[in-house]
Amino acid sequence: MTDIIGYILITVGVLFDIFGCIGLVRFPDVYNRLQASTKCVTLGTILLLVGVAFIHGWGAIAAKAIICAAFILLTSPTAAHAIAKGSYASGVKLWENSVVDKYAEEVEKKS
Amino acid sequence: MRRLIYFVVALIIWILLTWPFTNEGVDAQVIIAGLLASAVVAFLFHEILPKEHHVFTSPVRIFWLLVYLPVFFYYIMKANLDVVYRALHPAMPIKPGIVKIKTSLKTDSGITALANSITLTPGTLTVDLTDDGFLYVHWINVKSTDVEQATRLIAQRFEWFLKRIFE
Repeated sequence: MTDIIGYILITVGVLFDIFGCIGLVRFPDVYNRLQASTKCVTLGTILLLVGVAFIHGWGAIAAKAIICAAFILLTSPTAAHAIAKGSYASGVKLWENSVVDKYAEEVEKKS
Repeated sequence: MRRLIYFVVALIIWILLTWPFTNEGVDAQVIIAGLLASAVVAFLFHEILPKEHHVFTSPVRIFWLLVYLPVFFYYIMKANLDVVYRALHPAMPIKPGIVKIKTSLKTDSGITALANSITLTPGTLTVDLTDDGFLYVHWINVKSTDVEQATRLIAQRFEWFLKRIFE
C-alpha cells in the first residue's frame, strides 16, 4: 500500500517538474520564469522525496529524504529572491506588457 | 541557552542524516563524532544563526508552526495548479508587475518566513525588502496596485500565523 502511495507521489512530482519546465520556456521574462521554476520545481522535488520516503519506509533513507525536502523548502525561495533581486540590479527589464513597477521608484531613490 | 538549543538542533540533524541505529544497537562512534561536530557548530556559529531561538522551546509556537504547515501546503498546491494553468493555457493569461506591500512583522525570522511563503504561494515572488517593513513583490496577475489592498490580498493570510510563531 505504501508503495502505491509512493509511486503516485513520485508521478505527480515529476508531472509538476515537467509543467514547471514548460512554464520556464513559455513565460516572457526572468521574473515570470522564476515564478514557474520556483513553485513547480520546489513542490515537484518535495513530492519526489516524500514518495521515496514512503517507498522505503521509516529508516535512514526516509530520514535523509525528509531532511532534503525541508532544506529545499527553505532554500529554494531564498535563491529565487536572490536571482530576482540580482537581475533587477543588473538591469534586466520587466516584460513590456507588465502593468506596474513600483520597485523602480525604490531603486531610483537609492541611487 | 541559545548555544544549547542550537547544539541540540544540530545534533538531531546529524543523527537523522547519519542514522546510527543498526541491528546491533546504536553506533557510538557516529554519536561521539556528532556531539563534537554539533558542539563546534553551536559554539562558533551561534552568532550567525537566527536570533529567534525561542521558537524551538515554546510549545505554543511549535503548535502554531504545526498548524501553519498544512495551511502552507494547501497554498503551495493552489500556487502550483495556478502556475500550471497559466503555463499550459494557449493564450498565457498573465498580467505581471511589481507591487509594494507592507508587513507588520518585526523579527528577522518572521520577515524571512513571510518572504519565503509569498514566493511559494499563488502568483507572487518577493523581489526585495526594505528596512522600514515594505516588501516588493512580483505578481503574475496584478489585481491591485494599491499598497493596502495588495497587502490584504498577498500577505495577510500568512501574517496571522507568523505573528503567533515568531513574535
